[in-house]
Amino acid sequence: MRSLRSLLVSSSRRAAAVSVLALCAAAALPTLSAIAASPAATVTVDITKFTYAPKELTIAPGTRVVWTNKDETPHTVTSNDKSFASKGLDTGDKFEHTFAAPGDFDYICTVHPFMTGTVHVRAIPGR
Amino acid sequence: MRTFDSTPPGHDPSRRQALRCLATWSGAAVVWTVAGGVPRALGATGATGASGGDAGALTFVQISDTHIGFRKDANPDVVGSLRHAMADINAMPQTPAFVVHTGDVSHLSKPEEFGRARELLKELRVDRVHTVPGEHDTIDDGVTGYLKYFDHDGKGRAYYSFDQGGVHFVGLNNVLNFKAGTLAALGDDQLAWLKADLAGRSASTPVVVLAHIPLWTVWEPWGWGTADSAQAMALLRPFGSVTVLNGHIHQVLQKVEGNVELHTAMSLAYPLPAPGQAGIGEPGPVTVPAGDLGKLLGTRTLTVVPGREHVALADTSLAH
Repeated sequence: MRSLRSLLVSSSRRAAAVSVLALCAAAALPTLSAIAASPAATVTVDITKFTYAPKELTIAPGTRVVWTNKDETPHTVTSNDKSFASKGLDTGDKFEHTFAAPGDFDYICTVHPFMTGTVHVRAIPGR
Repeated sequence: MRTFDSTPPGHDPSRRQALRCLATWSGAAVVWTVAGGVPRALGATGATGASGGDAGALTFVQISDTHIGFRKDANPDVVGSLRHAMADINAMPQTPAFVVHTGDVSHLSKPEEFGRARELLKELRVDRVHTVPGEHDTIDDGVTGYLKYFDHDGKGRAYYSFDQGGVHFVGLNNVLNFKAGTLAALGDDQLAWLKADLAGRSASTPVVVLAHIPLWTVWEPWGWGTADSAQAMALLRPFGSVTVLNGHIHQVLQKVEGNVELHTAMSLAYPLPAPGQAGIGEPGPVTVPAGDLGKLLGTRTLTVVPGREHVALADTSLAH
């Protein structure tokens, strides 16, 4: 199985910038904590039975999302706008990405393109 | 069913060669004989079906879905399964012209998996092995990694055609997705190439198409279909004998549409559920008792005989 570290490279570059942004956002918008508990918030998504669970997420900027493949079949997490893309994830492999800016990020599994998910990044809850 | 003329002049079949070619790839192969333009499965490898005496017949073997690199409970020894199939093919009384592998050569598109697969397939005592990519072969960088090991004509693309024994063979790549949330597709560039490739060929030329994912929609919720297969079928329909050989779903299914016969093949790695099988929500590997696995893996032998309507084809399990 490939190492966790090798799967986590994609977002490490942005980590510093992201955490600063997240701190600012948290200071300006106290209610943010309802969605993302802290600047270092992490949300997990399981890839199981050929679906992303949950299929849709709403998070605050600066939140880290970690996907874990729990199937015996390889999958990927690949955004439609190419802003993030995992390698092929074997069973137990993880991929993470930290979302710095607001937006709606649709992604698919390139091995099984009928598998779709969306991450909504919202600076202000409810928008 | 299909009727068509005998193979056109100038396509003198080295049927023996064609057969050998197929044989190269089959692990648990089906032996196909193309006769009169229609492939017919003859019987499993190891059976005597492929040794028929039809002059000019072309026999080849199909193997599929070897998933080299897979090592879960559903089959901890995919290399052993492939070797079992290759031994069966090597033991065929009549050497097939070649072997075709209809995709998912590797499990995770890793270079070491492609390399291992290529080395293993050299154990087949046939002239060549023709491959097409599966979606497991294109995970990280499309067909780039796959082509480093399986670029058959050196043109840097995963589709191609060749003629042997009076039969026109077309290998297609239908595992890339061009639009999120839909089935994988051939794409416009490849469809244009296919149109040009088939243009000007006599309708009496038997055509055999290789593609990983079925060229008809078997079960859309599991991605068991090709988004633009209708366009490919429109190009193939004018031919008197078309045989489409697919993999991907790890089980034998057939469909006949006019002169076009479509066949999926067994895997050499692990079984998958029946399409939309009740109680199973996804197309993941099915673990069966160890003694039963060989019954669910296999190869296909095909024989095409000039002037005969159908290609003879026979699916043989590893437990034969």
